[in-house]
Amino acid sequence: MYKLDPTALLFETSRPGRRTDVLSPSDVPDRPLDSLIPSEFLATKPLPLPELGELDVVRHYTTLSTSNMSIDANFYPLGSCTMKYNPKRNERLAALPGLAHIHPYQQEPTIQGLLQLLYEVQEFLGEIAGLPAVSLQPAAGAQGELTALLVAAAYFRHKGEHRSKVLIPDSAHGTNPASAHLAGFETVTIKSNSEGLVDLEDFRAKLDDQTAVFMITNPNTVGIFDPQIGTISALLKERGALLYLDGANMNAILGIVRPGDMGVDLMHYNPHKTFSGPHGGGGPGAGPIAVRDFLAPFLPSPTITRLADGTHYALDHNRPLSIGRVRAFFGNVGVLVRAYCYIRSQGPDGLKAVSEHAVLNANYLKSLVDKVFTVPHGNNCMHEFVASARGMARDRGIRAMDIAKRLIDFNMHAPTVYFPLIVPEALMIEPTETESRQTLERFAEVLLQIAQEDPEMLHDAPHTTPISRPDEVAAARSPILKWNGAVPATSATSVKPGADHGSIHAQTLTVSR
Amino acid sequence: MAYILNTSSDVREMLGSLGLTSLEQLFESIPSELRLKRSLSVPDAMSEMALTTHVSSLAARNQGVDRLPCFLGAGAYDHFIPAAVDLLASRSEFYTAYTPYQAEASQGTLQAIFEYQTLITQLTGMDVSNASLYDGGSAAAEAMLMAHALREGRDEILVAGSVHPEYRATLATYAANLPLKIRVVEPVAGRVTADQMAASLTDQTAAILVQQPNFFGQLEDLKALTAAAQARGALAIVSVDPISLGLLQRPGDLGADIVIAEGQSLGNILTYGGPYLGILACREAYLRKLPGRVVGQTTDRRGNRCWVLTLQTREQHIRREKATSNICTNQGLMALRASMYLALLGPQGLRDVAELSTRKAHYAAEQLAQIPGVSVAFPGPFFKEFTIRVEANARKVLDQVLAHGFHGGIAIGEWYPELADTILIAVTEKRTKEEIDGLVAAYRSALQSHSVHE
Repeated sequence: MYKLDPTALLFETSRPGRRTDVLSPSDVPDRPLDSLIPSEFLATKPLPLPELGELDVVRHYTTLSTSNMSIDANFYPLGSCTMKYNPKRNERLAALPGLAHIHPYQQEPTIQGLLQLLYEVQEFLGEIAGLPAVSLQPAAGAQGELTALLVAAAYFRHKGEHRSKVLIPDSAHGTNPASAHLAGFETVTIKSNSEGLVDLEDFRAKLDDQTAVFMITNPNTVGIFDPQIGTISALLKERGALLYLDGANMNAILGIVRPGDMGVDLMHYNPHKTFSGPHGGGGPGAGPIAVRDFLAPFLPSPTITRLADGTHYALDHNRPLSIGRVRAFFGNVGVLVRAYCYIRSQGPDGLKAVSEHAVLNANYLKSLVDKVFTVPHGNNCMHEFVASARGMARDRGIRAMDIAKRLIDFNMHAPTVYFPLIVPEALMIEPTETESRQTLERFAEVLLQIAQEDPEMLHDAPHTTPISRPDEVAAARSPILKWNGAVPATSATSVKPGADHGSIHAQTLTVSR
Repeated sequence: MAYILNTSSDVREMLGSLGLTSLEQLFESIPSELRLKRSLSVPDAMSEMALTTHVSSLAARNQGVDRLPCFLGAGAYDHFIPAAVDLLASRSEFYTAYTPYQAEASQGTLQAIFEYQTLITQLTGMDVSNASLYDGGSAAAEAMLMAHALREGRDEILVAGSVHPEYRATLATYAANLPLKIRVVEPVAGRVTADQMAASLTDQTAAILVQQPNFFGQLEDLKALTAAAQARGALAIVSVDPISLGLLQRPGDLGADIVIAEGQSLGNILTYGGPYLGILACREAYLRKLPGRVVGQTTDRRGNRCWVLTLQTREQHIRREKATSNICTNQGLMALRASMYLALLGPQGLRDVAELSTRKAHYAAEQLAQIPGVSVAFPGPFFKEFTIRVEANARKVLDQVLAHGFHGGIAIGEWYPELADTILIAVTEKRTKEEIDGLVAAYRSALQSHSVHE
């Protein structure tokens, strides 16, 4: 058997009656099914799911995997996403049966090893943040933001204060205002100044007694550390408002500066970024939050406590002021186990080295490309920088998207494009500490080459991938969101040479039309 | 140092090219009074060998469902996972990629999500599915927000008390600061009837949320419940156990407007509660309010069929402060595993899983009910999960059953104080008759001991 069309859908490969046997027959006394469940509850038709053999499924997904770019195969400098190497030891350890096969409602005596591990994760995250109270419950960074804002809201409610506003810089991640809105706040945008930092004048003008929280990302989304943070924190304190840190950029400051020491009151982590959890093609992540002691009573329930004997651990459900839950069950434990393994592998010196090398790599790469690509806010970047293709767009019609697409032809994933919104034609580049100098130099060489290439050719890039640029407008105008039963003429009916659909990784490095 | 490729001479030269002599100088923009002047207080680095020994010893202190037969459920189930799911999902081209922003470099992930969306519509009988959410509980909250946006001006959600208590808690947290009230319709004899629901519905009800099978394992009259909601212009949100759809009628065929589910049981490992898979599917008419990412089919410039992230205008990064959801990513790897599971099992395989679970659960219930001091708590029909009442302290009974080597059930008194003597038991296709008989013997023995009656 071979797969006729590499892009055939599961449903098009399906053949009636084909199946994979995995189950044992029933060993309990046989009874008519409708004596167990009344027939009005039972389906009358078989489900319209595809019918496939194991080899069908294995070949299908193996083939699909080869048309993906991934960290394991490609440089992946997607800014703000911290696409660092995901160590294999973490995968093996997270899959240990004693960690993987634990039911969320097991009795506590049966999960003491796991509770100890998770308790230590709480402790580590508290120490790295300089904020002692931690909740591991949120499932992703965005949910961590929401959870922290709900904690802030509960805190003010408990104090009997009504505060309606959350202040957010215009350079913030889009999730910040969305989370604030969901937490019931009105959002107020704070301008950035010409250096890409918080415009203090605008901040002072908008800070008032209705302000509950200021959400800052520091280092910010243009990759620079805002040194005004001490002043910002003091101004907030005067008004009784809280300072929140979006922890997306923690990879720049591990062991260098702690959010709590900057005056931050609450923050979220992205362990799938900072602590090397694999991104899974878009999840799972996790979004633990760390807060000051006075906010601890409002954290989600449960948290983990160590008992007085010092060796046993328990879930603490007795949290009367808690905001409650933001999801079912404990949290994204699989991601937290990987974070634990990562932190234990690094130790204090390793964690600091992570940030030092992340910042070195970003500065070095910036120095290699900033003669051709302007970096508007880039004098002293941290772990990432935002280049602008504005000049190229104006002079030669080469846009950030063209550069992003063309990079794929060189087996390199594109940077984040068109974000942050305050930089026109933005290319947000985060190399991470795990990349070698040689990879950075090669990437810079490719970027500089692309800047010289024929704009017409770039508009059609990429040229070596399984598909060329998709028609996104058509996709949105008349959405096709599931298989409609029709086999398209261009795909399944014409058999193409394998090279057309070959592995993305097997393409040659330099391509010209 | 772990995972850093640059050598000390690389570092020296790189710093030199920047006009620097130390790594320290890279951080001069950070005011020195803020800087940490000591090392982080975390344990020293461990080698891979030492870490493996250490984490293995922590793992060995747990007694998971691999070591003791598992009769625990309540939204997370010990169903069999074919080897191909684990091995295919561990291809790092899948798990070390990110959200497929660049379609040309991500067709594998995009096609897999498109297939996931299709499989979920086939399974639920709904028109459209998103690319997945975090888990069942947060999916319930997203469905609530979605219904609130679709029924503008209505400010109340009616939730059956037979919905998972942690899902209800999640709804309450999400709604805490919004102009949205949650009212609970208390179950009677383990179920919520359509008459009860109809009596509670008002013109302010944006949606109802019911669960099938419900938290107690009981089967609700879904068709009547969804009809009751719609008769008052409210939406019907239904939470389902996806495995049950191998056997039971699909919510899409019974009038559901929005279906949510915990997708863990579709090929995802238990791992103490997460990462799991939030399923959300709806009628086509509600597509524009569907939260989360969605993949659509289109064509490329050469006319090839291909897939892209689409309908992004609904997303937080465009709508920002007007957003009704802050969901940024899906639960890609878990959705991938669910697709692989469904593809391997197929319609007959999923039916077999559901039917075997049903048969074994009914056998277990029948055997347990024969123990003096044990009765089945609710009279209605059930699928793979049921509740028993014990004439004893439920927690102590479970401690004894554990001592006999079984994860024997969940005491639900923490959530339902009036059911302090009630234990929830789930039986999947993995449990053998021998294990069930062993569980029954453990309960029998537990109930004979004096300590459980104290």
